[in-house]
Amino acid sequence: MSATTYPVRDAMTMLRRNLKHAQRYPSMTVTVVIMPIVMLLMFVYFFGGALGEGIEIPGGGSGRDAYTNYLAPGILLMTVASSSIATAISVCTDMTEGIINRFRTMAISRSSVLVGHVLGNMIQTVLALLLTLGVALAVGFRPEASVVEWAAAGGLLLLLAFALAWLSAAMGLSSDSVETASNAPMPLTLLPFLGSAIVTPDSMPAGIRWFAEYQPFTPLTETVRGLLSGSEIGNNGWIALAWLAGISVLGYLWSMAAFKKAVKR
Amino acid sequence: MTATTGSTAAAAGITAQGLRKAYGDKTVLDGVDLRVAPGTIFSLLGPNGAGKTTTVQILSTLIAHDGGTAEVAGHDLAAEPDAIRRAIGVTGQFAAVDGLLTAEENMLLIADLLHLDRAEGRRRTAELLERFELTEAARKPAASFSGGMRRKLDLAMTLVGRPRVIFLDEPTTGLDPRSRRTMWDLIRDLVAGGTTILLTTQYLEEADQLADRIAVLDGGRIVAEGTADELKRRIPGGHIRLRFNDVDSLHSAASRLALSTATRHDDELTLHVPSDGSVSAVRSVLDILESSAIHAEALTVHTPDLDDVFLALTGHGSGAAPTDAHGTPAATVYGSTAAHPTAADPTAVNATAVKEIRR
Repeated sequence: MSATTYPVRDAMTMLRRNLKHAQRYPSMTVTVVIMPIVMLLMFVYFFGGALGEGIEIPGGGSGRDAYTNYLAPGILLMTVASSSIATAISVCTDMTEGIINRFRTMAISRSSVLVGHVLGNMIQTVLALLLTLGVALAVGFRPEASVVEWAAAGGLLLLLAFALAWLSAAMGLSSDSVETASNAPMPLTLLPFLGSAIVTPDSMPAGIRWFAEYQPFTPLTETVRGLLSGSEIGNNGWIALAWLAGISVLGYLWSMAAFKKAVKR
Repeated sequence: MTATTGSTAAAAGITAQGLRKAYGDKTVLDGVDLRVAPGTIFSLLGPNGAGKTTTVQILSTLIAHDGGTAEVAGHDLAAEPDAIRRAIGVTGQFAAVDGLLTAEENMLLIADLLHLDRAEGRRRTAELLERFELTEAARKPAASFSGGMRRKLDLAMTLVGRPRVIFLDEPTTGLDPRSRRTMWDLIRDLVAGGTTILLTTQYLEEADQLADRIAVLDGGRIVAEGTADELKRRIPGGHIRLRFNDVDSLHSAASRLALSTATRHDDELTLHVPSDGSVSAVRSVLDILESSAIHAEALTVHTPDLDDVFLALTGHGSGAAPTDAHGTPAATVYGSTAAHPTAADPTAVNATAVKEIRR
């Protein structure tokens, strides 16, 4: 036996395992995708008419149709954030079931367990995004994006999925129980609300507006909206990328540190 | 794989010197020394919280130790954890199987992580599932398994990589007697095949049945070490227990068997006569009763078992007296018998603790 480790091969083994999990336990995937879809329907049909008149929609227009185009990109971000919860839950389940201990006593690449979870979660997130996008199109979302803009928006959403999956994995490893793990990433799914996903920050009181303008989801929302609905992006694209890089690095380092310490007691 | 096993098999034991571990100001291991010879079963016996699991977690590279040195399968614990991971298998207190995967998928997952080629992985999986009588359940999700089946699957997964050293942390806790016996047979087979096993248990019978050597761990220290027989010899306790119908018989028997060492329990109508439990000792007692025409209701031979050892050695507080299987304080009964000739005779110790002969 050689001393070489096989990080890619091990990660693919773990990915296959996580995909089997998603396939056999689909209720988790369904649960995390329901919240953003309910939000979408609620805001389009309950509040859409009023909000479409009440806020000044960038890129012009008013009414429910214009508001749906304003809202949908933020809902897609919420879908990514909501899907990332599944990583915390599955990582924490592995830990409480003791199988992480088994993996840690084997000579396998240290990162492969978590890489498998992160990649598996990203695939689940893509499915969730397609589902949410389908519903959005059905309720009147009319994006005006070129192929390049679609690709750029998709890439940005994938990067967000990557960053949040690492962060969520770290939260899962740091949780004592699966219940804690499922609650820890919850604030992430609410962050788009406190940004520009639902209404423009201009309409908020000063303190909240300040937070809304500087939190990571606002430049992300603005960029995805700009790409799909044609509103102004400005320097939001670069700010969004910087945030994503920062969250990814933080999530990765935190996860790896927590993985080293993760011993089931 | 067979070739590499041969070259280092001689060193496939476990040694540890002065292992220490503390969580904050709570000392869990306070200088533990171990020497497990290759191809033997070594049992760590101790009450809950004695540090058994911590010892296993340290030696299996799961957690870092604060002091001391250790070698597992010929590799230094601090310097070559990955080499150790290649040589060991760990089956913990709670079965670490993937509940959503089938038994077969669980096995193949481990085979993939060990980088066995596909055919070898399948062959090994089929072979182990067969040996562990899990073939019928191979395609069912592990979550649907009984406790005993999960534990068997867990052990089977541990064996995919043909580990030379296996850590079994309370492998039969929570299993029913039948599953426990099945596990014992599997463990005996492993050692017969040359594997070294470090077994932790709180079941004295388990250590007695399986282990070549036993260390009693208490409060993070090893308080005694030896074979089951050696440990039992450290605790005096063999006796013949006679039960009578009435106080008169008890009195006359006590006077006939008037050994300074016999103890009367008037309220229970019993007489404890120190003995090695041998046939000749029992016969001589019966002869005396017969010749004196004293009728005894029942006779029980009690040889010291690991329960006596365990309770005597892990008794907390200075005055804790060891008790025998009947709950009577053994120290008072055998206080004067420590020098009894049979107490030092290894052949006096019988693996079967209690035999009852009814007349």
